[in-house]
Amino acid sequence: MTTDLETSKAPQRRTRRAGSSSKHSRRIGSHAFLLIMALYFVIPLWFLIVGSTKSNSGLFVGSGGALWFNDNFNLVENVRGLFEHQGGIYWIWLRNSFIYAFAGGVGATVLAIFAGYGLAKYRFRGRGAYFTVLLGSVMVPLTALTIPTFVLLSDIGLINTMWAVILPSLLSPIGVYLIRVYSQDAIPDEMLDAGRVDGAGELRLFFRVSLPLLRPAMVTVLLLTTVFSWNNFFLPLAVLRDTDLLPVTVGLNQWQALSNAGAGGEQVWNLIVTGALVSIIPLIAAFLGLQKYWQGGLSLGSIK
Amino acid sequence: MTTSSTAVDRAAGSAASGQRSTRSRRSSSTSTIDSKRQWWGWIFTAPFTVVFVLFLIVPLAYAFWMSLHNKGLATGGESVFVGVDNYVRAFTDPVFLEGLLRVAKFVAVMVPIQIGLALLCALVLDTLATRLSKASRLLIFVPYAVPAVIGALMWGFLYSPRFGPAQDIFGLFGLTAPDFLSSSMIFTSLVNIVTWQWVGYYMIIIYAALRTIDPSVYEAARIDGAGGAQIALRIKVPMVSSSMVMVVIFSLIGTLQFFTEPTVLRSVAQGAIPPDYTPNMYAYSLAFSYSQFNYASTIAFALGIFVFIGSYIFLYLTRKQSGLK
Repeated sequence: MTTDLETSKAPQRRTRRAGSSSKHSRRIGSHAFLLIMALYFVIPLWFLIVGSTKSNSGLFVGSGGALWFNDNFNLVENVRGLFEHQGGIYWIWLRNSFIYAFAGGVGATVLAIFAGYGLAKYRFRGRGAYFTVLLGSVMVPLTALTIPTFVLLSDIGLINTMWAVILPSLLSPIGVYLIRVYSQDAIPDEMLDAGRVDGAGELRLFFRVSLPLLRPAMVTVLLLTTVFSWNNFFLPLAVLRDTDLLPVTVGLNQWQALSNAGAGGEQVWNLIVTGALVSIIPLIAAFLGLQKYWQGGLSLGSIK
Repeated sequence: MTTSSTAVDRAAGSAASGQRSTRSRRSSSTSTIDSKRQWWGWIFTAPFTVVFVLFLIVPLAYAFWMSLHNKGLATGGESVFVGVDNYVRAFTDPVFLEGLLRVAKFVAVMVPIQIGLALLCALVLDTLATRLSKASRLLIFVPYAVPAVIGALMWGFLYSPRFGPAQDIFGLFGLTAPDFLSSSMIFTSLVNIVTWQWVGYYMIIIYAALRTIDPSVYEAARIDGAGGAQIALRIKVPMVSSSMVMVVIFSLIGTLQFFTEPTVLRSVAQGAIPPDYTPNMYAYSLAFSYSQFNYASTIAFALGIFVFIGSYIFLYLTRKQSGLK
């Protein structure tokens, strides 16, 4: 772009040369900056990868130091340890996390699609007020709801069940907001009206015409809500007592607290590191695999 | 945003009904069908509305109700209306006030660092289209896919003098590493964890907004003699200001609710993080260690009010940038 523009101005050739060399050095500077940033963001994950190949004592004293492999490669034993420690409860935690993330993510997305579409495409009475309340609720800190939710759920006997984690995760005001903003532009009213003239019902219009057009926003909202449920810590910590129901986040935190408390047999640092690594692989893989969907989608809310 | 988009709706709506209105004047049946059809809006929003009421409105109202009552041995296990007593207690409670001040400090330090870094990364990435820049964009974003608990556990290991590489790295320069988990360093250590976790996400949002700018704007600026830095500051930043506002709001709300990272680090950093380090941690320990649910609700509700007012003031101050008028 720059070069095209500047070559057209012949008299400025000298300044162009000076300009391009300074531009060159700036590009090196930019790349160096990015490299440093990338290292900062990746080194902790590298530590996990390296750490997962070490034995419990190898994490403290190893030939490789904290950021390189030891001579003794212990990954297989560590994974086996995850199957054996406390009867393989780690995999139950991981399964629970999957259930919570899947149910919460899919459920919240479905609700958000219906609601966002309804808000965008129908001028029903009270719509303005509804939308204002919705926008306000984005600013309500969800953690402020955790304690009253706990009391309410224990009143109806849902505490310490999977529902106690799943049901509150269905709430995603930001998801509704994103779908609403996206529907506004992505689904032309004329298209819906044309369908109506042809005698299509509202539900049919929604499933046949609108839903396919909403796909990019759908993937984005699905990723956001899934990540939210997957990351949730405060809610399961508060509403679950059974070890068998915990998601992997709360479970690993328990192992870590036990290991720090000191009792020799309960120190399972190698399993914590390996478990942490295994638990983050699925989501990272999903993000890398679905790149082209979410990269544009994340800016949805700001485009008007 | 609300007003401008509803204005668009109205415009679009009147345009669409414009063709119909000539006919509908003759027979009113069309408009009845039309108004009947608008009921579908309620039908589509109904499932979400149920969840919204059950898990947002009801808990919020219940928290407020609980904060106005007390229940315990002194009241014979019955809920007794106490008015604003709990709020008076909260706002004279040094533990709550200290926690509030602490998260305010976190906001003051953490939000500018995160947003600044995210903006810088996004601007640099926007000028490059090399393989390295694409790779680093992904690498910077990856921590977003790591749950906060795992991130905090990991940094706990890295900070730990027993496991971490700090001693080796500082040793290279002939220095001794500071104890990242001591009470004097814990604030900085927490800022670092949160920064690591969220910068990538904010960067992607800002970056995506930067990509939507029409490049011909830059060409025009260059003809007028603007340099790269000037284009970045005078054109790019103002043009993505609505995303910036959104990102600051996310970061503000998240920081005021600070809970996960200090809770996880607590068991590693013996003594440096008290159980009531942040208002949310205080509310949690009041509820689940001392069964003071009424007072815990008061703390949670008071914090909620702060978050709401804080973000509202911010949105008001930036209404020009965000387009929310």
